[in-house]
Amino acid sequence: MSTPNSDTPLNYLNNGHSFRSWLLTRDHKRIAVLYLASVTLFFLLGGILAGLIRMELITPAGDFVNDETYNKLFTMHGVIMVFFFLIPAIPSVLGNFLIPIMIGAKDLAFPKLNLLSWYLYMIGGIFTLYSMVAGGLDTGWTFYTPFSTVASTSNVMSAAIGIFITGFSGILTGLNFIVTIHRMRAPGLTWFRLPLFIWSSYATSLINILGTPVVAVTILLVGVERAFKFGFFNPDLGGDPVLFQHLFWFYSHPAVYIMVLPAMGIISELVAAGCRKPVFGYSFVAFSSLSIAIVGFLVWGHHMFVAGESVYLALIFSFLSFIVAVPSAVKVFNWTATMFKGAVSWETPMLYAYGFIGLFTVGGLTGLFLSAMGLDVHVTDTYFVVAHFHYVMVGGTIMAYIGGIHYWWPKMTGKLYNEGLSKLSAGLIFVGFNLTFFPQFILGYMGMPRRYHVYPPEWQFLNVLSSAGASILAAGYILPVIYLLWSLRFGKQASANPWGSVGLEWMTSSPPPTENFLVPPTVTWEAYDYTHKVENDVV
Amino acid sequence: MWSGTPLFPEVASTIAPRVDALYFFLVALTLFFSLGIAAMIVIFAVRFHRKKDDAIGTPVHGALALELGWTFVPLVIALAIFAWGASIFFAMASPPAETLNVYAVGKQWMWKFQHLDGRREINQLHVPVNRAVKVIMASEDVIHDLYVPAFRVKADVIPGRYTTIWFNATKPGRYKLFCAEYCGTKHSGMIGEVLVLDPNDYQAWLNDGAPQGSLAEGGAKQFTNLACYTCHKSSGRGRGPQLDGVFGKTVKLANGETVTVDEAYLRESILNPSAKVVEGYQPVMPTFQGLVSEEQLLELIEYVKSLPAQPQVENKQ
Repeated sequence: MSTPNSDTPLNYLNNGHSFRSWLLTRDHKRIAVLYLASVTLFFLLGGILAGLIRMELITPAGDFVNDETYNKLFTMHGVIMVFFFLIPAIPSVLGNFLIPIMIGAKDLAFPKLNLLSWYLYMIGGIFTLYSMVAGGLDTGWTFYTPFSTVASTSNVMSAAIGIFITGFSGILTGLNFIVTIHRMRAPGLTWFRLPLFIWSSYATSLINILGTPVVAVTILLVGVERAFKFGFFNPDLGGDPVLFQHLFWFYSHPAVYIMVLPAMGIISELVAAGCRKPVFGYSFVAFSSLSIAIVGFLVWGHHMFVAGESVYLALIFSFLSFIVAVPSAVKVFNWTATMFKGAVSWETPMLYAYGFIGLFTVGGLTGLFLSAMGLDVHVTDTYFVVAHFHYVMVGGTIMAYIGGIHYWWPKMTGKLYNEGLSKLSAGLIFVGFNLTFFPQFILGYMGMPRRYHVYPPEWQFLNVLSSAGASILAAGYILPVIYLLWSLRFGKQASANPWGSVGLEWMTSSPPPTENFLVPPTVTWEAYDYTHKVENDVV
Repeated sequence: MWSGTPLFPEVASTIAPRVDALYFFLVALTLFFSLGIAAMIVIFAVRFHRKKDDAIGTPVHGALALELGWTFVPLVIALAIFAWGASIFFAMASPPAETLNVYAVGKQWMWKFQHLDGRREINQLHVPVNRAVKVIMASEDVIHDLYVPAFRVKADVIPGRYTTIWFNATKPGRYKLFCAEYCGTKHSGMIGEVLVLDPNDYQAWLNDGAPQGSLAEGGAKQFTNLACYTCHKSSGRGRGPQLDGVFGKTVKLANGETVTVDEAYLRESILNPSAKVVEGYQPVMPTFQGLVSEEQLLELIEYVKSLPAQPQVENKQ
């Protein structure tokens, strides 16, 4: 961080340097930075666990770690990546930083609640990490009963408490966003003038406040059954193990949309800025987010086609799963169409947007394989599923998140990063990702079950490819950590609008002042109105 | 390493080609759309590449016809795949009337198979080729999942209930069998193989070795040891319903509902007798939870199934 002197105007970063000014801050931008540091640490930890998993799978025998350790590795990888990275990352970092600025507000509606959300996230994280260092957790991130409540001897309780607490962080953040978007938009900023990132954050927040309480209660029931032998899920006590799966997926499928909707919002921003024109079919893109949020609540049973669900129930879930695929397709077509007659950039953020669209398309289309009941029977619980959701979560969410970080980094820090290195890392990530996960589709169709410590030797070659890809992917992820941190100290000063974009966040300084705008803005233009910007520049 | 690397599973059941057909269609669809989108991105990125720093795009806000087109075309394609996938699923869920039944019990971390003639196997299942085989499955502990990739069939094995899969193997051979639902430490060791034999070999295998007596005979012993006969009398005058020929029938319950007597109902009636009491009887039967193992339960059920209907006794419904 630069030291304030008479040349540097006061901004949110140099307005206070004590620990107290960070740890008790109510500034949404500083809280976003706190989240950025914490989710990055969790991401690196989850990534190291993934690396260990891929090391083990280089050979068919269980020779790198033993079976117990292997099970703990994939469990902690899933728990950390899902609950402590994928779900919170985009809303808590980019949403926190951008939503008030994008709508011309000074802060979120409830700044203290926002700080509380970060503390809840960290406390939940500490409980979960405790279960990891105190012997580990081996239930899989899905906590399926009765294994998690009866058979597992690992640290289920502390992990359950950690996830329960962290859930409230998401609920409070969602609540904060919804109230802020309703109540604090700048004069003239009507709903249909909002950036699409705001629409998708709104849809995400709805899922967060409606769905997260269900998983919190479910995890609580697991804890109660484990500790006090109440029979919710254990058939020996009169419970039903499949009930757990219904409750769990009622949240955890919408949670997929918590992870991917904000990513879609970022891509809309990146594509509009990368083409310097409005997103094609704005209202279709906006409403597709809401329809995904709503229909996404009604498809959870597609995780359970082989779990003894009635065939008619399965039929309904399969039907709705095909319906929910359509709005995602609509988005992909609209982003692609936006490029038509655009002033298309090849800068780093746009490279991530290209990568996202390609990988998310594959992720979405392979979802159709799994929604088709007769085909799902063969590929569910195999590496096909693993490949599919990594295309959506890693190829989709993480590509968008890192692309968004590259796009807004100059705004957040006031610094420019090395363009050559950032393009290199985007390329490494794209190549490494495909090499890691594409072979897993083939493995899955051949029948390799997921969560296997030891596997038949004829599948080794594809597993070696996958592990090789993972090492390239790791390099692609580590590189940005280095050059972005480097830029903080040695990067060139960023102007207020280095990309030549429109949007309120580009109309204030980089980094923004504590209350975002020196003069509260009034909006008289439509979203992504680049012709307006040219007129303004002329005036 | 590459030479020994298969890229496609064996096709060894009647349902497998149907699953593969849908798979190939979806692979083609995925290639078409993802390569199409990728091509458009590359073409637009090159054709409309920003040449001047201050260039802006031509504002095109949208086109309703295009939006409707790329909403409805994917919708129609999606619904067609839905119907295709559902038809395969219904075939998987509907075994033919005549099947060769085998029982399976999953436990951490092994598969136990029991044939009707009493033959038992561990982590191996012998079946004849070209015959519909139904596997009725129970779990002794946590959720497992029986999966035979070459047959494209899989189903969870859930404690507290029975689930089934069926298949008709089309090629003699040895096929891998996996547990596909994570079940704890040695999950990846809960594997085995299905041996599909031609009819002569299967008959030879059946004749080889001396089984301890059929499942139903084992069940008859349980029925005596547990003193079930004191109430379930074949005269029909006991304190419990008469069981002869009851399997497959629909009976009326004390609460007015009806239930079809299948494996699941018999199992529930042994472990939780007061859940569904037959009309005209009192809920006096004690539970046998913890007294009989899943394997003994299967024997008891097979015994009840083996009891012939007694024509002189009036049907309770």
